[in-house]
Amino acid sequence: MEDLNLFIKSIFIDNMIFAYFLGMCSFLAVSKNVKTAFGLGIAVTFMLVVTLPINYLLDNYLLQPGAMKWLGEEFASVDLSFLALIMFIAVIASITQLVEMAVEKFSPSLYASLGIFLPLIAVNCAILGCALFMQQRDFGSAWTATVYGAGSGIGWTLAIVGLAAIREKLAYSNIPKPLRGVGITFILTGLMGIAFMSFLGIKL
Amino acid sequence: MLSKISKEALLGPLSRNNPVLVQILGICSCLAVTAKLEPAIVMGISVTAITAFSNLIISLIRNTIPNNIRIIVQLVVVAALVIIVDQILKAYNYEMSKALSVFIGLIITNCILMGRLEAFALSNKPWPSFLDGVGNGLGYAIILIVVAFFRELLGSGTLFGWHVIPQSFYDMGYSNNGLMILPPMALVTVGCIIWWHRSRNKDLQEP
Repeated sequence: MEDLNLFIKSIFIDNMIFAYFLGMCSFLAVSKNVKTAFGLGIAVTFMLVVTLPINYLLDNYLLQPGAMKWLGEEFASVDLSFLALIMFIAVIASITQLVEMAVEKFSPSLYASLGIFLPLIAVNCAILGCALFMQQRDFGSAWTATVYGAGSGIGWTLAIVGLAAIREKLAYSNIPKPLRGVGITFILTGLMGIAFMSFLGIKL
Repeated sequence: MLSKISKEALLGPLSRNNPVLVQILGICSCLAVTAKLEPAIVMGISVTAITAFSNLIISLIRNTIPNNIRIIVQLVVVAALVIIVDQILKAYNYEMSKALSVFIGLIITNCILMGRLEAFALSNKPWPSFLDGVGNGLGYAIILIVVAFFRELLGSGTLFGWHVIPQSFYDMGYSNNGLMILPPMALVTVGCIIWWHRSRNKDLQEP
């Protein structure tokens, strides 16, 4: 039950885009049509589900103060938490590389449709951001971290597909010249954010 | 003192080639830390320092990096610099480090860094690269400060925590616009700045 609450919360209330602005760059750049937006969303969700539990285990059994107790008493006082950033980004970058190679080998058609986005994901801040939030919130188990990753990823997908759908329709409207393209996209995202704020009052 | 290319590298990003308004890089952190002026300034300084030095380091070793692992090399250099900044902030200004929470860490994935490393530092000499880093960092900082100025002024009626809107205004029925503090208004503010910027620079408008 707890996990289900977290799942729904991370999709709607703590939405990565509208509440924290994470993954904004690719969000703005790749939201021109629904199909590619959906592809990128799936790729981000997948990466979050894979990397978050790995980062969780790393954090809890290697990096936190006292986390290396399982190696023996003399390691109990070791505190490697200052290495967290570099470890997280290394995990994310290497998994991205691995996933890219695996997808290329086993499903060339998926690779062709996702190909460009996969390497981009290594520098998508939604993924590193999720890892850092996970570290802050002290989740109870690797499973909870996975649920959080899945929820955040789906929330991100929902947001980018929604924006892409609006932008497709926007092609037919008469927008003031200086506002065309990026400007109106920013304002749109802001309005969508205000809409998503209506979930704020929900207590789970 | 400065050659033409260095001057362009330093001054271009301040307006004509601004990383946030024109190149649309580094939006994420730009929006999240701008509810108040002070964190925005700290963030701007941190990003400027990191872009400048990562550009310098990558440019110094650009001829020895094998092409197919360059992303990882870049990430490691940037991550090392970010850890230094993070530790300095924790040591000397713990309050600020708490207020910025994960967003200092997220400088690693700030697209300005990767964008400038890829586009400039990998193909230019160290000195222009350093200036390019400083220029882009400052261009980013300016936008942060402008957005934070409006959000703090309209949202809480303060600047740097000092009340600037006189009490008589409140007595006459003026009240702070709480919406400005909330995240979505940061996007709308940046949208309006882009609008103004593009109406001044007509050649940047999209068809």
